[in-house]
Amino acid sequence: MRAIALTVLATLVLLGAARQPAGAQSTKPVSEDTVHEVAAQLRCVVCQNLSVADSPSEMASQMRAIIRERLAAGESPAEIQRYFVDRYGEWILLSPPRRGFNLLVWLLPVAAVVVGLTATCALVWRWTHRPRRARPSPAAVDAAMSERIRREMERGS
Amino acid sequence: MKRIWRWLIPLAAVPVLALLAYGFRVSPRDIPSPLVGRPAPAFALDTLDGAPWSLEAHRGKVVVVNFWASWCYPACYEEAPVLERNWRGYRDRGVVVMGVDIQDKREAAQKFVGDLGLTFPVAQDPKGTVSVDYGVYGVPETFFVDRRGRIRMKHVGAVTDEVFRATVDGLLAEPASP
Amino acid sequence: MTPELGYGMTLVALGLAVYGGVAAGVGARTGRLALIESAQHAALGVFALVTSCFVLLTYAFLTFDFSVRYVATNTNLGTPFYYRITGVWGALEGSIILWAWMLSVYTIILIARHRLGARELYPWALATMLCILAFFLLVMTVAVPPFQRQTPVPADGRGLNPLLEDTGMITHPVALYLGFTGFTVPFAFAMAALITGRIGDTWLVLTRRWTIVAWYFLSLGLLIGGWWSYHVLGWGGYWAWDPVENAAFMPWLTGTAFLHSVMIQERRRMLRLWNISLVILTFGLTLFGTFLTRSGVIASVHAFSQGSIGILFLSFLALVLLTALGLVAWRWDALRSEGELDAVVSRESVFLLNNVMLVAAAFTVFFGTVFPLLSEAVRGVKVSVGAPFFNQVNIPLFLSLVFLMGVGPLIAWRRASLDNLKRNFLWPVALGIVAAAAAFALGVRSLLAALTFATTVFVAVTIAVDFTRATRARLRMGESLLPAMGGLLLRHNRRYGGFVVHLGILIIALGVMGSHAWSVQTETTLHRGEAAELAGYRFRFDGLSAVEESNHFKVVGAFTVSNGRPLGVLRPAKKFYPQEQAPIAYVDYRLGLREDLYVVLGDFASDGSQATIKLQVNRLVSWIWIGGVVLTLGALLAILPERHKGA
Repeated sequence: MRAIALTVLATLVLLGAARQPAGAQSTKPVSEDTVHEVAAQLRCVVCQNLSVADSPSEMASQMRAIIRERLAAGESPAEIQRYFVDRYGEWILLSPPRRGFNLLVWLLPVAAVVVGLTATCALVWRWTHRPRRARPSPAAVDAAMSERIRREMERGS
Repeated sequence: MKRIWRWLIPLAAVPVLALLAYGFRVSPRDIPSPLVGRPAPAFALDTLDGAPWSLEAHRGKVVVVNFWASWCYPACYEEAPVLERNWRGYRDRGVVVMGVDIQDKREAAQKFVGDLGLTFPVAQDPKGTVSVDYGVYGVPETFFVDRRGRIRMKHVGAVTDEVFRATVDGLLAEPASP
Repeated sequence: MTPELGYGMTLVALGLAVYGGVAAGVGARTGRLALIESAQHAALGVFALVTSCFVLLTYAFLTFDFSVRYVATNTNLGTPFYYRITGVWGALEGSIILWAWMLSVYTIILIARHRLGARELYPWALATMLCILAFFLLVMTVAVPPFQRQTPVPADGRGLNPLLEDTGMITHPVALYLGFTGFTVPFAFAMAALITGRIGDTWLVLTRRWTIVAWYFLSLGLLIGGWWSYHVLGWGGYWAWDPVENAAFMPWLTGTAFLHSVMIQERRRMLRLWNISLVILTFGLTLFGTFLTRSGVIASVHAFSQGSIGILFLSFLALVLLTALGLVAWRWDALRSEGELDAVVSRESVFLLNNVMLVAAAFTVFFGTVFPLLSEAVRGVKVSVGAPFFNQVNIPLFLSLVFLMGVGPLIAWRRASLDNLKRNFLWPVALGIVAAAAAFALGVRSLLAALTFATTVFVAVTIAVDFTRATRARLRMGESLLPAMGGLLLRHNRRYGGFVVHLGILIIALGVMGSHAWSVQTETTLHRGEAAELAGYRFRFDGLSAVEESNHFKVVGAFTVSNGRPLGVLRPAKKFYPQEQAPIAYVDYRLGLREDLYVVLGDFASDGSQATIKLQVNRLVSWIWIGGVVLTLGALLAILPERHKGA
């Protein structure tokens, strides 16, 4: 009985110790690649259309430093994105979030391809299955000539 | 296909043209700030004179936070006298003007302050954390914070006397506690 | 004197262009040759006047004539001689005059080439060209006159935008505009075809070379723009999906579709409606491009300025689209001929697929570019649509296009038999799969990179298969190797020109894949003497130096690079121009076949003790430029006059 209680107590203590006490920040080593990934999704606010990762401007450099700090403090890329969106609005994301009205810009191109392919298939089908007009019977063509014609057409030049 | 439907083809161009025409009414650089109406992010910086300054310490007053830079020409040079003038006029009525200098060297900032004779507190934001916290995307930008610590207005570009007075007068008329 | 003279010439040119357009149209309608000839003379007059304006403006630049506002805004006494010439088209007004000049040149060439050959179409084509020219001259007189007087005359000008002080300036806008304006001629002939009702193949055959030339220059303009972005703008990339880049890319996409679908019309007399629509769409997109660049409606790094010019361009775009599409609707019955295909598996189908993919890509780019505007109109919320979106949606499209590039040339017209398919595609498919496996074995784990690799090998082998087989056929007939290959290229120059162009695209595709999948970068702050490592290269910070140039002040950092053995010193700089607010970063780089080293100077301490730098090792980017050279050779080959086809 005592053994079980002690084990349970020990486990609880160990679990309690394993969880970081609130307020203590863990400093994770941050790879530049991760910073680059996060920064590549954000729009540099002083440039036109460049990402924070790419922009050589000083503002972008400062934003990258902020990203680096936040990653080191344990924030996830999604949280960092949310931080920037809170401050600048949806505009700061280089790719519109796939929600609501923005789905239009993601889906419409796919729809365009689908519609195009479907239309093409339908047209090709119709064009290859048309009842052929009666053609005048061709003049007699000898075998060698038709063989040459066939090869010529297949070469397609 | 009936004869009439073919005339839809030229009409198909109209929505696109209308959308482009709409573009004339909006400016692509005009980004509305999501911070308006929300509590102003707290920050604490040391002024150029070395004194500590924090936003929290001025709760209960109307705070005008102005982001500027010495390389921001001509707008920041145009609005600095406006800010100075109004600072002197309103400081006894519970209004504080704070100039946050971004992406600048210390000497350039001090020269700016000295040349234009600015007396309101000015601090540098060396790492840009405050400017990003406020969603600043260019200079100059000015945030008007009410007595309860909420951002009520963001003005992009050089501030004018009219804008300053109209906004600050309105905010001063409000009570300090909810 | 100069401003007034220039303005006067522009006005006269405008009047002549309007007169010529009307005269040619009336002459075409009533059959009065005298009017058409009068229109030709008017066109000649316009060409002479616009050329004189151009020369006058250049002269004003070279002599520092600051009484002309355009000169005062775009040069100062320190601007080097070279850039005083290229600066003529460096800003908005100059770009319009360049465009108008090119249009007038093309009009003269059109007159010279076609006035005897295309009796029915020619007058209407001339009328269209002159009307479009008149519009640009109108813009030059009303909205952005290059010859405005600057009072008082300043002692010194403002100076050229420093980013424009680069050799890219003489080639990028010129090539791009040659491409844009080049598509005006096929459009003019399409209009002529619609108006006269001669919507058969005549207009296509006449404009074939024009289309290739315009397409080529547009490709060249895009590639040079990429090169310029890569080595000047300091962000280590060559394409940012910036709205104005997209605006030039869209007509390229539809132009490529047009290039291919005309081949179907030439052979099978089908797709007339589609081809006319494509050429109208392409020309419309070129106008849309100039509208975007100049109206400020969508923010872009290229945007010249805002103002009334945007409204002018939008109105003209509306006029062109409504008129052209109205003509299409009018001629609907005649255009809609039922097509006939022999088999589903045939070159015709492949070309149709090619068109679908290209137009879908153009639509994607278009919709992504205007979506921010749409979102604001509908939701009131501004969003950004940038590189991550365009890359994600377009890359599958482009990959399938590359694949089709391999299938198209070899599959038979009309009906591809199983034998034909086996003969042509067995080796390419096999080697493509082997290539994918090899890539995997060599450590490539990105699915996209492996697919791209496999597809490019597939296409390359198809080209090799065709070329070897054809050469071997000629060898069998007794020719020796080099004459066989050369003769093949020259006698079937359209086909092999196309092959070489495809080869160029392949090389570019490989370069794009390499740079996307395998480039690495890092950012770090170094003290003097410290070194950073990236991808096996060592960058040691040696110090900073300050240099005063004629019109700017620059801080240069010195970085010794080595990868075991010393590779030299890279000197990225930050240039401070008095007329610009923020300093401009200039990269230094070391190009190589496999990888480029790229260093950007960021923040630095005033005493030079430390500097923040961005390092990049970009892979395979040089292949993009090499691909461009190959593309040029292919286009040249394709344009050669047709030799008499022998046995």
